[in-house]
Amino acid sequence: MNQKERKIIFIAIAFAIIFGVTPVANAMHIMEGYLPLKFCIIWGVICIPFLVAGYLSLKRTLSTNRRSITIVAMSGAFIFVISSLKIPSVTGSCSHMTGTGLGAILFGASSVSILGIIVLIFQAILLAHGGLTSLGANTFSMAIAGPLITYGIYKLCQKLKVNKYVGIFLAASIGDLFTYCVTSIQLALAYPSQSGGIAASAAKFLAVFAPTQLPLAIIEGILTVVIIMGLETYAKSELADIGFLKGGEN
Amino acid sequence: MKKTKSKVIILLIIAALIAIIPLLTLKGAEFGGSDDAGSKVVSEITGTDYKPWATPVMETWIGGELPGEIESLLFCLQTGIGVGVLAFFMGRFVERTKKENQENKKHER
Repeated sequence: MNQKERKIIFIAIAFAIIFGVTPVANAMHIMEGYLPLKFCIIWGVICIPFLVAGYLSLKRTLSTNRRSITIVAMSGAFIFVISSLKIPSVTGSCSHMTGTGLGAILFGASSVSILGIIVLIFQAILLAHGGLTSLGANTFSMAIAGPLITYGIYKLCQKLKVNKYVGIFLAASIGDLFTYCVTSIQLALAYPSQSGGIAASAAKFLAVFAPTQLPLAIIEGILTVVIIMGLETYAKSELADIGFLKGGEN
Repeated sequence: MKKTKSKVIILLIIAALIAIIPLLTLKGAEFGGSDDAGSKVVSEITGTDYKPWATPVMETWIGGELPGEIESLLFCLQTGIGVGVLAFFMGRFVERTKKENQENKKHER
């Protein structure tokens, strides 16, 4: 990261702090129009530094190695596929996965924010799924918070010398679950329960999302492991280019 | 290589089973979206029927709710784009590896 890039990120973070921190206020896809305007703006602003960092990080990956664009495209496509599949779950309702784990493991958390927001915009405009007003909040939960946890857990597993595939599985599935936890908290902050406040409200939303999402998180973990196995077999040189096989910093 | 293949197949079968079993065991369940379930909880907590203050862009364009069939079309489109890109690159990688392997063999001779 050069000086100029550092400066841009710094300005963006400052911007987010100024606008975002004021009242601590702040869902997976929160429905269009379901989040009070104030919250929409705050979440949107919080996303900006991550998106800027993500853009720069992607640009750097691509400029160091032009060929890695294929892997970037595949991680993006993986999110497209995975997040469009509504899968029946044990609770008798359907939900879908996030697919952001793969990108986070391969490129680091920030790059995924760009890939994630593309999918979210597509779904918000064409599918009435999520929404433009809640785009900021959705981006934060699915494309920022989830991948961050995924990346953290993946790195932790690497440090602890856990089997690589087990690590990837854990990272992707916990990241998926965490996305829904963040969504619950975001909704709870906007709609604190009259009797129990934010915590009671969060527990209520979590009770809706968590049991549905648990099996899906496991599927997401498995699919992420499968695609990484596939890439390792057939695209060794690309993975080495982005520093994945060496286990290097990226 | 062979070992990876069987591992992948087993993993995929497990994934498919997790998805299919609820469908078979929970007879008569609705399988609505959990995103929609979220809106019900919102109404429950606020005590009133919550009225969204914005409608999805698509619904304002066509002036009504998106027909179910069209919605599944668009979802398929999304899946299609994704699978297309994945399959295209994966195919290229597989072919490349094959070619490299062949060339390596030639060198050995």
